[in-house]
Amino acid sequence: MTDTITYRDALHDAHREALEADDRVLVMGEDVADYGGTYAVTKGLHEEFGRARVRNTPLSESGFVGAGIGAALGGLRPIVEVMTVNFSLLALDQIVNTAATYLHMSGGQFNVPVVIRMATGAGRQLAAQHSHSLEAWYAHVPGLRVVAPATVTDARWMLASALDDPDPVIMFEHAALYASKGELSDGGGPVDLDRAAIRRPGSDITICAWGGTLSKALEAAEELGSDGIEAEVIDLRTLRPLDDATIVQSVMRTNRAVVVDEGWRSVGLSAEISARITEQCFYHLDAPVGRVCSAEVPIPYPSHLEQAALPQVPAVVAAAKAAMNR
Amino acid sequence: MTAALPAIETTVRLLGDMIRIRVMEERCAELYQQTKIRGFLHLAIGEEAVSTGVVSRLQPDDAVVATYREHGHALVKGIDAARIMAEMYGKVEGCSGGRGGSMHLFDADHRFYGGNAIVGGHLPLAVGLGLADDMLDGHRATACFFGEGAMAEGEFHEAMNLAALWDTPTLFVCENNLYAMGTSLESSESETNLAVKAAAYNLPAWSVDGMDVVAVAEATDRALTSIRGGGGPVFLEAKTYRFRAHSMFDPDLYRSKDEIERWKERDPIVTFTDRLIEAGHIDAEGIEQLWAGARAEMDDAVAFAEAGTWEPVERLTTNVYRRTPSSGHPAPETERGQV
Ligand SMILES: Cc1ncc(C[n+]2csc(CCOP(=O)(O)OP(=O)(O)O)c2C)c(N)n1
Repeated sequence: MTDTITYRDALHDAHREALEADDRVLVMGEDVADYGGTYAVTKGLHEEFGRARVRNTPLSESGFVGAGIGAALGGLRPIVEVMTVNFSLLALDQIVNTAATYLHMSGGQFNVPVVIRMATGAGRQLAAQHSHSLEAWYAHVPGLRVVAPATVTDARWMLASALDDPDPVIMFEHAALYASKGELSDGGGPVDLDRAAIRRPGSDITICAWGGTLSKALEAAEELGSDGIEAEVIDLRTLRPLDDATIVQSVMRTNRAVVVDEGWRSVGLSAEISARITEQCFYHLDAPVGRVCSAEVPIPYPSHLEQAALPQVPAVVAAAKAAMNR
Repeated sequence: MTAALPAIETTVRLLGDMIRIRVMEERCAELYQQTKIRGFLHLAIGEEAVSTGVVSRLQPDDAVVATYREHGHALVKGIDAARIMAEMYGKVEGCSGGRGGSMHLFDADHRFYGGNAIVGGHLPLAVGLGLADDMLDGHRATACFFGEGAMAEGEFHEAMNLAALWDTPTLFVCENNLYAMGTSLESSESETNLAVKAAAYNLPAWSVDGMDVVAVAEATDRALTSIRGGGGPVFLEAKTYRFRAHSMFDPDLYRSKDEIERWKERDPIVTFTDRLIEAGHIDAEGIEQLWAGARAEMDDAVAFAEAGTWEPVERLTTNVYRRTPSSGHPAPETERGQV
């Protein structure tokens, strides 16, 4: 039996369940209470669980993310909502210099079980300061785990797994996904945060995507299918640590790969994934690893320019065909 | 206490500017419904006395650094309404070449440094602009606008301290509309008396009725006199209220209709209109002319925006560097997915 639900509601249910299951869990962030959360994920939860546990914060990203880290050290299990990755830059110091280092600096004495959630991505004409995809910045840092639920089922179940993790978890939610609907598999449960998932099996080429680019990869795969090319689509789900095994096993079978990344091409996740494939599958590759990324420009406001800056389905199809010599 | 009225030319100009902002922003709301304007749109309807009162007192070569709720500031600073409207559309003729949209109005000729959409991010910029003026010029000032929500950010505190430490010619204007999105002042600030809070940085800090354009203008004159006299930065809190939701995405669930209605009774345009009529500065016909003039101006602005051009996609990566680097290479054809 299956059930249709929005990504937003799946996250909402996950939060509700987390608050219910463990008294140590608290949700904090800007406008998580009265406003209902910027993307309405936490709507109504303050009425049910009280303002202490669903805690509005002032505009103080560095302060409340740091406080979340401290609260985790002090024995709570905070879920910190930073409205968007754009504003998380104000908290970068706390995340990179504190959350990611405490376990190591303390010789293993202090772990930081905090979950920090944020929306990411472009596509809504919000212009240069509100459209970043900076997953790669966080995925660069040892000590952090970085996850990106791309399906409603992962939105529903990843949070519990993240809370179960003894280390800091950064969760990226692509802003375009909140309103998306999908089928929630019955009897879902904990997600293995060490594993990528094959969302569509195929034998001709491997397409790696995550978060906001998964649906584009799947759409491209359908189109390729009608041209007789069977693409395997991998949803990375966890961006650090990367599940090399799943990617490599797939490419060993298909001998070709394309990475779809909404981040910029230079020094980003697509470069990292491409390098890993090349390192581990070099003699199995029939073509260079293809990449479809955002153009190297701050995201412009007008729709036609924004769409031109972002990875699109036709570009994924073309990159796959180029790799197939078609 | 209400400030005494200045000369007629000044009062009528102040009223006219507030009306121009109101008409422009109401037009923007309609255009948003018609999907001509997209993305985020933050209206300052109800807050016109602040932008008008402050910006009208600046000299042409004084700088303004503002937030995403900056349409009125841009208009009063002298940017052509048509170029503002074209920017809202994202057309090449816009004051930011169409790349910024409603949140990112810029204009070098009028020393209008945005249109900044990271809360608090532009306050240090205003300190730096002041520093540059101090070291290079010596008479210009910079007015920096921000909401009370920004006062919780670290950048506010760092900027205030630097400005006061270096005596920069910066006028910090806090547009206190009581809410940062859905977060009320009381749930955001441990000290809700914002002037008291700012005064801790050892600079003059005053509060003013932000619904009274004359009071705002007078406070601004006083602040600018002090700043231009070498007195260093000044902090001005203008108590005001936004009549509309935070942005077009905001369901506005966090304040009561009653509260909004009570503030609307203090509409800065309505109250100032009454006052000017009573004082004999203008009559009903004059008032109607101001509205008609503003409507005509905005009709023209919309027509200009409609007739504007979309930038060709081939120009996508322009203005990333002033000097285009000769190193680095574009993505190979395969990676761009071109066939
Ligand atoms: C650093 C940062 N955090 C969060 C946001 C999202 N945001 C945009 S406007 C806003 C409220 C700001 O309130 P205030 O400073 O009082 O100005 P107002 O919008 O009321 O004019 C928030 C939370 C942002 N743009 N930047």
